[in-house]
Amino acid sequence: MTPMLKTVADTVPAADAAPVQIRIRGVEKTFAVGAQKIVALQDIDLDIRKGEFVCLLGPSGCGKSTLLNAVAGFQPPTKGTVAVDGRSITEPGPDRGMVFQEYALFPWMTVAQNVAFGLEIKGMSKADIASRVEWLLQKLHLQDFRNRFPKDLSGGMRQRVAIARVLALDSPILLMDEPFGALDALTRRTLQDELLRIWEEVGKTILFVTHSIEESIYLADRIIVMTYRPGTIKRDVVVDMPRPRDGSAPEFNRLKRELSQMVMEEQQRFSQDEIRSVTAD
Amino acid sequence: MSQANPRFSPAALLRGALVPVLAVVLWQVLSTSGLINPVVLPSPVAVVERWWAYLLPTEPYDPAQSSWLMWALSGEMLFDAWSSLYRVVLGFAVGAGLALPLGLAMGGNPRIYALFDPLMQVLRPIPPIAYIPLAILWFGLGNPPAVFLIAIGAFFPVLMNTIAGVRHVDGIYLRAARNLGAGKLTMFLRVILPAATPYILAGARIGIGTAFIVVIVSEMIAVNSGLGFRILEAREFMWSDKIIAGMFTIGLLGLAIDIGMNRLNNHLLRWHRGLEN
Repeated sequence: MTPMLKTVADTVPAADAAPVQIRIRGVEKTFAVGAQKIVALQDIDLDIRKGEFVCLLGPSGCGKSTLLNAVAGFQPPTKGTVAVDGRSITEPGPDRGMVFQEYALFPWMTVAQNVAFGLEIKGMSKADIASRVEWLLQKLHLQDFRNRFPKDLSGGMRQRVAIARVLALDSPILLMDEPFGALDALTRRTLQDELLRIWEEVGKTILFVTHSIEESIYLADRIIVMTYRPGTIKRDVVVDMPRPRDGSAPEFNRLKRELSQMVMEEQQRFSQDEIRSVTAD
Repeated sequence: MSQANPRFSPAALLRGALVPVLAVVLWQVLSTSGLINPVVLPSPVAVVERWWAYLLPTEPYDPAQSSWLMWALSGEMLFDAWSSLYRVVLGFAVGAGLALPLGLAMGGNPRIYALFDPLMQVLRPIPPIAYIPLAILWFGLGNPPAVFLIAIGAFFPVLMNTIAGVRHVDGIYLRAARNLGAGKLTMFLRVILPAATPYILAGARIGIGTAFIVVIVSEMIAVNSGLGFRILEAREFMWSDKIIAGMFTIGLLGLAIDIGMNRLNNHLLRWHRGLEN
């Protein structure tokens, strides 16, 4: 392994470091597919500090979405615990706002209604909802689309609405499951920049799943590289380049090369598995 | 729309009118040739005259008796059409009003589904018309048995589609709503119900179609008004022109109901992707 790659173990946390917000201990998740038992996650120990931007990186089937869903509370782990601010997670909640790759906007609600929905559930007053929705629409440049239905929006616009919808909740944690995976490269970059801008402004803890190496280097404070089946943590890499990061900088590319090597090892195991499963049929 | 609709261009209108016009001409030739008894096949002209007479008021206008509008609407046909429409709407409201909550409960809760499904499967294949003897025995004559039969006709399509609609709600909406903190009631009213509306409305359309069939049949048996009653009455007098005029009116009312449902559909599903015009 290259010594210049910094891992969390190498970096001694400063005395004034932010407290741990998400504590994952001994998490294991198994699925039964027919008679086969698939170990999606194994021995996951991970601490995420308040305000950190962490990317989970790996090929398909490495369990990164499973881990995110465990933190979200959608799929409790088979073994181990996930705790947020010291409280064990048992169900989904608005303290961990989720952005899905498929947007998951409610198509029968307009843009403004989608953004307001979580606030209505909270029982906020009408006037407060209106002003908060207005503020979010401005922030995500959606003010001209407030009365549109999701079907009339582009993918990028839909994802802006989804981000506004979880930001409305003002949850301390944002969980993002390949949110920009379905977008074209330019829209993707625009939204990445906006996400960073918002993150720096409101200071949330972000757990972001991606299979794009570049995206993870561009965004994250820390990149957790995961292995393919069983899903374990392969490497925990600290990215301490200043933002905005330049994709053509030598440091960026060095990191990209090293991460590519790690991810490709796992990708190859994934492909071999896929070929095996096809030939077995 | 500023552009001319190609469906209504002169050439298209001519093409569309060709077969109906030929059919009416053939009908007129057959009925005036003397080959066919006019009681069996009245001429189209006689039918149109009869339809017009059926539409117009029977009494001469008398300002002392009623306003002009009331008089203009006092014709037999409008009264019949109103009677039929009233029964369809009332019967549909009862049938759909019972089917919707039951369907939501059955679709949303496997236990309730398991409790009710066997009974529904037994009752569903019975055509509403087969309930006629029982309806008369239970409710006598008049509106109650008709409304009962129509309600049965509307009940099952709405029920089956509501169950299917609730079951087919995309899990991603449920997950998103849970993540936003939605409780059971909010989830049901603001997520599951709207997500199921396309299915429910498709069921309502089938249901109102069935209700319209059943209203005509039940009027032939249990009531003394309505379009179904009128064409059966006309047969007793051998007024074949009035029978056909009545059928024509039934068709118009059916078309009006369908257009109304379509409008409602388009309004309620204006958010829906892939909606045509």
